[in-house]
Amino acid sequence: MSKGVLYDANKCIGCRACQVACKQWNEMPAETTTNTGSCENPPKVSAYTLTKIRFNELEHDGKFHWVFTKIQCMHCEHPACAEACLVGAFQKTPEGAVVYDDNKCIGCRYCMVACPFGIPCYQWDDPMPWVRKCSFCADRQSAGLKPACVTTCPTGALKYGERDDLIDEAHQRIAANRDKYVDHVYGEHEVGGTSWLYLSPVPFEKLGMPVVGQEAVTVNVERAMGAVPPVLVGVAAIMSGVYWLVKRRQQPGGEGAPNDKEQVEVPK
Amino acid sequence: MIINKRSIPVGTIILTVVVLLGLVAMILRYVYGLGATTNMSDGRAWGLWISFDLYCGVALAAGGFTLAGIVYIFGREKYHAVARPAILTAFLGYTLVILALLVDLGQPWYIWRFLFNWNIHSPLFEVSLCVMLYTIVLALEFSPAVFERLSSLDYPLIRRFNWRIPLRVIRSIQIPLVIAGIVLSTLHQSSLGSMLLMMPETLHPLWYTPILPILFLFSAIAVGPAMVMFESALSSRVFGHKLSIDVMSGLGKATAYVLGLYLLLKIVDLLARGDLALVATAYPHNLLWWGEIIIGVILPIIFFSMSSIRRNRTMLFWSAVLVVLGLVFNRFNVSMLALEIRPGFTYVPHWMEFAISAALVADAMLVIFLAHRLLPMHEEEAAVESG
Ligand code: SF4
Ligand code: SF4
Repeated sequence: MSKGVLYDANKCIGCRACQVACKQWNEMPAETTTNTGSCENPPKVSAYTLTKIRFNELEHDGKFHWVFTKIQCMHCEHPACAEACLVGAFQKTPEGAVVYDDNKCIGCRYCMVACPFGIPCYQWDDPMPWVRKCSFCADRQSAGLKPACVTTCPTGALKYGERDDLIDEAHQRIAANRDKYVDHVYGEHEVGGTSWLYLSPVPFEKLGMPVVGQEAVTVNVERAMGAVPPVLVGVAAIMSGVYWLVKRRQQPGGEGAPNDKEQVEVPK
Repeated sequence: MIINKRSIPVGTIILTVVVLLGLVAMILRYVYGLGATTNMSDGRAWGLWISFDLYCGVALAAGGFTLAGIVYIFGREKYHAVARPAILTAFLGYTLVILALLVDLGQPWYIWRFLFNWNIHSPLFEVSLCVMLYTIVLALEFSPAVFERLSSLDYPLIRRFNWRIPLRVIRSIQIPLVIAGIVLSTLHQSSLGSMLLMMPETLHPLWYTPILPILFLFSAIAVGPAMVMFESALSSRVFGHKLSIDVMSGLGKATAYVLGLYLLLKIVDLLARGDLALVATAYPHNLLWWGEIIIGVILPIIFFSMSSIRRNRTMLFWSAVLVVLGLVFNRFNVSMLALEIRPGFTYVPHWMEFAISAALVADAMLVIFLAHRLLPMHEEEAAVESG
């Protein structure tokens, strides 16, 4: 069974303890940023900030909302990053985490371009850079611990558990409080489902969550790659066939035959 | 022609300066890293190098497999004279792509890892493997030129070896080589399109379609002959041996047919997806779309199908230039301009990115110049008829 986390924006108070816990556990340095007039900081996830809380001030249904959104890797069920990576540096583990391996990566950054949520980041300032993204604390999980962010969350906005159970619980919370939630569990079906699930009082596009389809983004790639072996054999066979035919036609007619034909086809 | 002869050293000097400048940028890139020397960011992780050197570079080098196919498989001897220059350009093109990747990769010293960690589901893996194998195939396909030259040299050390032996070996496997080249090219030209299939959410619907690999293949096949026309017109300015107008117009006609098919595919695909209205409504992206279609597809089809233009070298040349420009436009659209950037980021290439790309092209041009001077660019048998 694969694990997941349910993030409930109605319970999040924007304290950013998760951000700090993540930095501590992963031993990430602080980033120097400039004051943007908001308490939100740093402005984006990066190779040194694997998760962050986004602050949204917005209007919905005629009411003002101050809603927070936790940003990190969604740990997709069909991860584009893993399908994209030519050396298989990204793997979806059976427990749900999508993990990355420095020992395979060559730094092509296809994973960064492929991710529909814009998550993997690069150590651009380093002459020997690696990709960095949330690992779902796969190391902690394998030791029976919860992810660092979940452990530290003081309000219970982050809940760790079996993904299927969390989906049930999410729908129960919506049903119990129809006026507090939009009827949408983000991540249940997005790009074929993700391990991380979101509840929100406002539509998710207002939170800046990407509007994505329900189909896994890897579907068309899989189809195209499935066509490779038949194309390989087919093209080789056709070319050999054409060569053989052309050769055979040229031989009995002698030297003149192919030239005659060309003069008909190509105007001078 | 006097002017032409003088222009060679000037050109060579300019090219050398460009190469040296790029070399400096390259050193800086390795010392200080990608962040300091490029404007790429988490939002735009693929920049000019991928769009130009990889996406355009591979497509523009398609002349190698199309011409090899026309001459050796389809038996159109008429085009023999351009086959060898086309194969050389393709070989240099792929070398350039690999060099560019060694600059672009974050960990270029680990590039060999892909040989030991196969993700056969990744289109990029397929591209990498095919590009590597095809570069070897191209080197072998071109090697007879080198052996012919070596066997005619009269230096004691070189003379001691019988260069006719490797020559005969390569000639005997020439057809399998050409077929392998066509298969590998079909696979990786289309897989460059498959790579973009991973981005249904970020690539604009005017371009995103499940048949992207097929469109990529067709546009590459179309630009192959156009690129050959373009180059042979240029090299005939510099080196004097003109291509017969018959060959030029034949190539133009072939290009027009493939482009026609390509256009048809594009329109039918938009119709089938119900997105045809986007070409009018999806401002500003539709301008990019019309740009690439008018420049690279519609105008060339019109020009190449006019017999007056097909008799005119200059017009043929400029029509070929249009096809090449249109293809470059298209590859930039799909890999950069129509591919959404992460919110809050912008990207304009750094001058060092331009410098390195320019240096690689200049590099290839210098090698082509050298090859035209030092190597027999037309096969021994063909040399007589094509002269
Ligand atoms: S969110 Fe992006 S990085 Fe995370 S698993 Fe999905 S595709 Fe991969
Ligand atoms: S940058 Fe590394 S992890 Fe990402 S796709 Fe390339 S090789 Fe794989």
